Amino acid sequence: MRKAVFVVLLGAGLLASAGVLSHAGQEQSTPLGLPPVPIPENNPQTPEKIALGEKLYNETRFSTTGEVGCFTCHEPEKAFTDSPLKTSEGIDKLTGTRNSPTVINSAYFTTQFWDGRSPDLEDQALHPFINPVEHGLKDHKPILKIVRKDPEYAKAFKDVFGKSGKEITMREVTLAIASFERTVISGDSPFDRYYYGGEEEALTEQQKRGFDLFLNEGRCVSCHVIEQTQALFTDNRFHNIGVGINNIQDDVPQLAAKFLEADLSLSEVDVEVLTDPRTSEIGRFAISHGFDDLGSFKTPTLRNIAVTAPYMHDGSVETLKDVVIHYNNGGVTDVGDPVNDFLSGGIRALDLDEDQIDDLVAFMEALTSPEFEQSAEEADGQ
Amino acid sequence: MTKTNLNRRDFLKGAASVAAVSAIPLSTVELAFADPAKNFTFAYISDSHIQHIKGSRFVNNWDRGLIRAVAETNLLQPKPDFVMFGGDLAQLGTKPELDHGAEMLAKLNYKTYYLLGEHDYYLDLGEYWSELFGPHWYSFDHKGVHFVVLNSILTFDEWTFDRWPTAEQRMLEMAGLDNPNGSPFMVGEKQRAWLAKDLSGVAKGTPVVVFSHSPIQKIYKGWNFWTEDAEQVQALLKPFDDVTVIYGHVHQIQYNQIGNISFHAVMATAWPWPYPRAYAQAESHMPKITVPMNRADPFFERDATGWQFINLKTGRVDMEYNLKNNTNRTVAYNPNTGRPEDTRYQAEDDRITPQIHY
Repeated sequence: MRKAVFVVLLGAGLLASAGVLSHAGQEQSTPLGLPPVPIPENNPQTPEKIALGEKLYNETRFSTTGEVGCFTCHEPEKAFTDSPLKTSEGIDKLTGTRNSPTVINSAYFTTQFWDGRSPDLEDQALHPFINPVEHGLKDHKPILKIVRKDPEYAKAFKDVFGKSGKEITMREVTLAIASFERTVISGDSPFDRYYYGGEEEALTEQQKRGFDLFLNEGRCVSCHVIEQTQALFTDNRFHNIGVGINNIQDDVPQLAAKFLEADLSLSEVDVEVLTDPRTSEIGRFAISHGFDDLGSFKTPTLRNIAVTAPYMHDGSVETLKDVVIHYNNGGVTDVGDPVNDFLSGGIRALDLDEDQIDDLVAFMEALTSPEFEQSAEEADGQ
Repeated sequence: MTKTNLNRRDFLKGAASVAAVSAIPLSTVELAFADPAKNFTFAYISDSHIQHIKGSRFVNNWDRGLIRAVAETNLLQPKPDFVMFGGDLAQLGTKPELDHGAEMLAKLNYKTYYLLGEHDYYLDLGEYWSELFGPHWYSFDHKGVHFVVLNSILTFDEWTFDRWPTAEQRMLEMAGLDNPNGSPFMVGEKQRAWLAKDLSGVAKGTPVVVFSHSPIQKIYKGWNFWTEDAEQVQALLKPFDDVTVIYGHVHQIQYNQIGNISFHAVMATAWPWPYPRAYAQAESHMPKITVPMNRADPFFERDATGWQFINLKTGRVDMEYNLKNNTNRTVAYNPNTGRPEDTRYQAEDDRITPQIHY
């Protein structure tokens, strides 16, 4: 299976696959349960570039207040999210409309952001800097000013890219950030040790029952994909699962018209969807204008899900149990609520009982990688 | 394909590349028309097969298909002039099914026309349907086009009136596929006489569009992709310069040209059908008239279903299929070949290779 995929990727000439480089840049083996990290041909990994990317990731000067960096909403200690915040906080405690998605394993995603409006990590890194509720900059000039003048940055960019002064652009900045992000991967969870490592004892009996439900009655695996040799827990597709859109059902014609009448640039969409909660709920439709995408959002990975509450694109669901109940009800939070006209076909009532719901939650708790276990313990303790 | 079509399709479905959409402002859609007053669009929804289980329960999947088609049609911009519903609203023609379906269709924000499918008809011979939706056949004019709505799913009187002990059994016999007890569809003598009279007042240069449930052509008898008196109906349409027949029933994309008449089928909102090649037990001599649909992806419940909107340009139909979870298709009249063709996949080499293993 993996081999087949690998050949296709090489055949397309788009991606080359390499071993994983750790933060420190050493070659390390791919964690259990994950495929090799796809590395774009035009952005090869080097230890120096990764180190520069990490420095940029943690830089707070790239914001109007001097307090916000990438890490603000994607904190390593919180499994690269800002849990337990419902939606992310940028400059001056301004909040966006969406729950911070983890950076972990985002290297494998075929699109970035909840609505997939960005094709890769390099492009993704451009947008939060100039979003009014995130880093708040008007444009990227203040960033370029710093990286061109600051001696540490000037040296690093010279070493990594052989460029200095005006030769340094946002292209180099985002290449470095993306390189760092491609080292943020994690597998080796109890589930991986059980399923790929053959450790029978890695899962509890309840978790094993939950795994069976995940594959069968619960139908979770249809979108949260598990394969023979690897599990990314996402299909990289977009689905309307009846979250968010359910709150604005009567407004859909008016909101949809906004995007059909005027073709907004991606930056304009970025601002629209992160500053207006109602507009945000239109989901991927804002990007694709396809009716299939009304109210739909990207399937998130489930790895480390137990430590990244709350859930869903808007952080509107507090616990994993509530998430399962939402699916069990067929895409409505409360039984009897109106089902959204554009609900994805695969979402329908599951008829799971209370014990089965608990089993599924237990299974999801087995998806935490060892390096984030501590966050899990803290979360339990709260 | 003209630019207009491309824009319109990108605009509805979402383009592969966002940049391409941004580069072409939507306003050019309007400008592209040489004479905007003469062109218009309408939407077509068909074959919803609303199916009653018992009490207040209906088959969820068929419900969702119609609900979604109605909701999407209401979002269309520019707005279609009207909506046509192409028959088989119900599965077994019962009041609960027709009522439930009518309730969903009532949410359409447009003037809506209806026609009868066999699933609406053979329980009470269209009596309750008529209470809800009006006459079984009629015509109307819109912006210089003459529209004719036929009840093409009638059959021999003996079969309809004398053969079956109950109305329910009659309904079930007609609903079956490859059923030796079935009977071929027809428009019938009475309706053909009405049609002849209706058309007698229409100038020969007026574009004529006929809506029917069954194809007014003979494709495959076992599934009643068939109208027994198709040739006689075609003969009545022959004197006109531009004639288009749009039909439901077949749940798939089909198109054909016979003489002056272009034929287009529409998608179902309920479920897709394959071309019934595999069901032909003997050599069938079926005409090869379609670019086959790709196999439905079972992951997507709505794949290979859909609805369509139709551009009427200079009296010719451009059929734009809005397909769920699939690539939209456009079938338009090609003046060079004198027949409808898929604007993108007509040539064998341009087609998406079908999945042949499971």
